[in-house]
Amino acid sequence: MAAPSQQKVNTRALCDAPLIESSGVWSKEARMMASARAQASGLPQRRDEYWKYTRPDAFVHADVTLQASQRSSLGLFDQRATISVAFEDGQIQAATLPSAAHCTLESLSSASGLDLHWARDIYGHLEAAGQKPVQRSLAAVNTAVAREGLLVNVTGAVAAPIHIQATSSGQSDSTIHHVIKVAPGAEVTVIETGQYGARSNIVLEVDVADGGRFQHIRVQDGNERHMLTHIFGKIGAEAVFKTFTLTAGGQLTRNECVLQLLGDDASVSVAGACLGDGDFHHDDTVFITHDAVNCESRQVFKKVLRNGAVGVFQGKILVKAGAQKTDGYQISQSLLLDDDSQFLAKPELEIYADDVACSHGSTSGAIDMQALFYLRSRGVPEAKAIDLLTLSFVAEAIEEIEDSDLAQDILDHLTNTMSAQ
Amino acid sequence: MLNIKNLHVKLEEEDKQILKGVNLSLEPGKVHAIMGPNGSGKSTLSYVLSGKGGYEVTEGAAQLEGVDILDMEAEERAAAGLFLAFQYPVEIPGVGNMTFLRTAVNAQRKLRSEEEMSAGEFLKVVRAKAKDLKIDAEMLKRSVNVGFSGGEKKRNEILQMAMLEPKMCILDETDSGLDVDAMKLVSQGVNALRDENRTFLVITHYQRLLDHIKPDVVHIMANGRIIKTGGPELALEVEQNGYADLLEEIA
Repeated sequence: MAAPSQQKVNTRALCDAPLIESSGVWSKEARMMASARAQASGLPQRRDEYWKYTRPDAFVHADVTLQASQRSSLGLFDQRATISVAFEDGQIQAATLPSAAHCTLESLSSASGLDLHWARDIYGHLEAAGQKPVQRSLAAVNTAVAREGLLVNVTGAVAAPIHIQATSSGQSDSTIHHVIKVAPGAEVTVIETGQYGARSNIVLEVDVADGGRFQHIRVQDGNERHMLTHIFGKIGAEAVFKTFTLTAGGQLTRNECVLQLLGDDASVSVAGACLGDGDFHHDDTVFITHDAVNCESRQVFKKVLRNGAVGVFQGKILVKAGAQKTDGYQISQSLLLDDDSQFLAKPELEIYADDVACSHGSTSGAIDMQALFYLRSRGVPEAKAIDLLTLSFVAEAIEEIEDSDLAQDILDHLTNTMSAQ
Repeated sequence: MLNIKNLHVKLEEEDKQILKGVNLSLEPGKVHAIMGPNGSGKSTLSYVLSGKGGYEVTEGAAQLEGVDILDMEAEERAAAGLFLAFQYPVEIPGVGNMTFLRTAVNAQRKLRSEEEMSAGEFLKVVRAKAKDLKIDAEMLKRSVNVGFSGGEKKRNEILQMAMLEPKMCILDETDSGLDVDAMKLVSQGVNALRDENRTFLVITHYQRLLDHIKPDVVHIMANGRIIKTGGPELALEVEQNGYADLLEEIA
């Protein structure tokens, strides 16, 4: 038998020595450890079980051959009062960082050399905790080499949402690492729109202390771009964590979300809606660990796919021994608008407590012909009727957004996106 | 208004003839009722006229104001003035009733090359018409038919009819699932829309609805054909004697 050919793949760097050298004490250690984690686990391979439905190659290669394209979500949320933070080609202009009551905003690039006590305890730590039982080495790479990100320390109820607007041009490759700390009883909403780079590797670490509330709304757009995101969340007692993502563009997207419910009576919601057309691969990979009593978790994912678009869902609820009275809900559904599109779903439950309620479901379906006829019989042309039924299909995911104004903005944006197609 | 000539229809998927030569001539301003036993083809007739898929017209024609409609898309027939009130109105979660109504009204106007109704004008009109049907603001805000009772669904159908102002209204077993009070309310809504230029085709199993919506002409349908046509007294006859006598007559 011939020896397997040693294919030399030009892969991305796992370490950035000058960056580590110039980093302050708080991030230096985290970066070195993350680099070691990445080297020990190696970059993801096609044969890895966790990458069974999405090829990791595009995230692993050193080279980016894509062109960032026009943002379709430009102007979204403009009519809302927000605390705006702009990323241009993966850079924050530190001088432009706004200030707001009950929170401090800093950029990773300018704070890297400082001694930020609050960030030291989070940066790379939540990511490291999320490496078990499944290795997420590209997140470790992110911790090791990220040069930019937004660091937010929330100490009270922040009145307006923090809106991160990312724009990029050309063949940019962005590695961004955000850290958000929500103090006990504090509240913040973070919105992310746009694309950080033609290729981007984004990590968001969120530590929500007891009684804190964190709401996250994300809109991913662009055409020829690849995006890998990880959210690592640590949720305390009676805290609330909600994240919603709308993906209305991009060739390749993988959104991972790893949450740990560590205090009693907490609740989390991870939701997403995507509209995929043609050369579109969209993967939601979620891992929620219940490690406290009487917590609720919800996963609601809706994917609308056409012209050969592919949707993936890997969602897991792990209920540890002792996490009694857990209420876990998981639904992943696809609306396949033709025979060429596909939806691959792997829902998982792993339960070690005996007094829990966990439900999960996954469906794939076509447009309801009776509903389509109903709309058309009222004079609504077929294409518009399909749009309305598509909105109807994704509505359950959008309903997971707590703020009704922002939910309405998302709905309007979706409607506009569809009528522009 | 609506002329149906020798209409033959079979199911597309299986070789089953449902309509076997239906002839009907509906004049402007009149209310025609169709009664008949289960499986006689009444609902099929309403679906075929309004453009639902799954049926194949093998023979015959249907004209709305002299224009053939059988080759038109469902939305084109609606814009031409045809309306079907569904026996089972469809629930559409996540789409607000108001959004749906406004989309439908403006889509029809656009198809007819008319100017769209402004948001303000639409709101004014819909509020007035909803009030007559005892449809409150809450029901207008909710998703289309979601969580509506049987009566609310049918009232919502009549509201759509009132907003779209069709010339030819087909009511498919609008009385099914209605209690007495709801039937009165729905009938009042229909009667308010009666005028000399609007025609109704009321499909029903029971004479009861026809006490409220008084027909000018009553047709009896059986086995895919109209077997008898008469005045309102025909409905009373059916109510008393059932269909058996009539079926025997033609056998």
